[in-house]
Amino acid sequence: MNGAQDLGGQMGFGPIELEDDEPNFHAKWEERAFAVTLAMGATGTWNIDTSRFARETLPPAVYLSSSYYKIWTLGLEKLLVESGLVSEQELQAGRSLNPAKPLKRVVKAEDVAAVLAKGGPANRPEQQPSRFKAGDRIRTKRMNPEHHTRLPRYVRDVEGTIETVHGVHVFPDANSQRLGEQPTWLYGVVFRGPDVWGTDSDPKLTIRLDLWEPYLDAV
Amino acid sequence: MSHDHNHDHDHSELPEIELRVRALETLLTDKGYIDPPALDELIETYETRIGPKNGAMVVARTWTDADYHARLMADATAAIAELGFTGRQGEHMVAVENTASTHNMVVCTLCSCYPWTVLGLPPVWYKSAPYRSRAVRDPRGVLAEFNVSLPDDTEIKVWDSTAEVRYLVIPQRPEGTEGWSEEKLAELVTRDSMIGTGLAIAPSELEDMA
Repeated sequence: MNGAQDLGGQMGFGPIELEDDEPNFHAKWEERAFAVTLAMGATGTWNIDTSRFARETLPPAVYLSSSYYKIWTLGLEKLLVESGLVSEQELQAGRSLNPAKPLKRVVKAEDVAAVLAKGGPANRPEQQPSRFKAGDRIRTKRMNPEHHTRLPRYVRDVEGTIETVHGVHVFPDANSQRLGEQPTWLYGVVFRGPDVWGTDSDPKLTIRLDLWEPYLDAV
Repeated sequence: MSHDHNHDHDHSELPEIELRVRALETLLTDKGYIDPPALDELIETYETRIGPKNGAMVVARTWTDADYHARLMADATAAIAELGFTGRQGEHMVAVENTASTHNMVVCTLCSCYPWTVLGLPPVWYKSAPYRSRAVRDPRGVLAEFNVSLPDDTEIKVWDSTAEVRYLVIPQRPEGTEGWSEEKLAELVTRDSMIGTGLAIAPSELEDMA
């Protein structure tokens, strides 16, 4: 979706705010927001793509004026309600008013190290040959879906070159909509700066993105 | 119940969000969906065990061991796993190497994708609109804000992390470090040098910092 999250190439946000010896967390609530988000993610009720979509569907003004852990918190609240795990009334009350729903799993302290070390690989077995190989020229699709996608606006309808064939990976556009993983080929694609930004580009700039086969047309 | 009432609401986002997160944690604990000791363990892990020191070890090994370097460039996930760093937000790793003529820089324009297994959690600036918007369009301008200036003819490769592949930049090894141990070299490898918004520390700078 063309939401506030799709920031590549936008202007006017000012200088980058750097901080010496920046801590991981700037307040206690950030620690808790971080951990609650990870722990709920580990219950397997939703996937990484549904969580990203929950964050990017926040109203643009809210997204752009919130710190990242606040964005995570607001996204999590949305997922909890959508999934029927908690009600709006319970969020307001800050306590349980209805019986809990069964979950696939609840992470315990002793499981944390193993859960993190295992991670969640996104690669899947190959079902059919890839359409492209390294060196092939492609053009990205012109598209403006309202659902989640990982083809940013700044590289739509742009010519590039396949550099890497990563393998078959879960397709976020489908997975975010709970339509199943629909795994498809993922490629490392290189774009020349001037092909993306025109004459305003740094001539020595190249940009690389990892893009799924359905985003690409042969040139 | 007593609490300090803050009348200065205009610039006090924190108390509201603090209460909101606390309420959320209480609710989810009541429901049995989360286990508070597991939350403490998650925080402790990223505060003390997973951070840029991991990545610095990978870089130092790469600088000193040609066989390891070859394995890393061929299959970074496996080579990084040799040092014990695996899992969440590092499932599919790729190492990209800076040279005299090429500089690599990593961003996630769409969210905050970052190689947690080797760098830990991303800094606020990495997740912020100023960095995400400009890194892909004006990397030299971004680098200038980090006090990094590259020759005009240096090719700049910007990696926008749009999938679950995570990128680790291998900075150039500073001159004057011949014969240094891996442990000593690792001290030169900053977090920013592995994102590509910085360079490895030169030995002379290290003396200044001491």
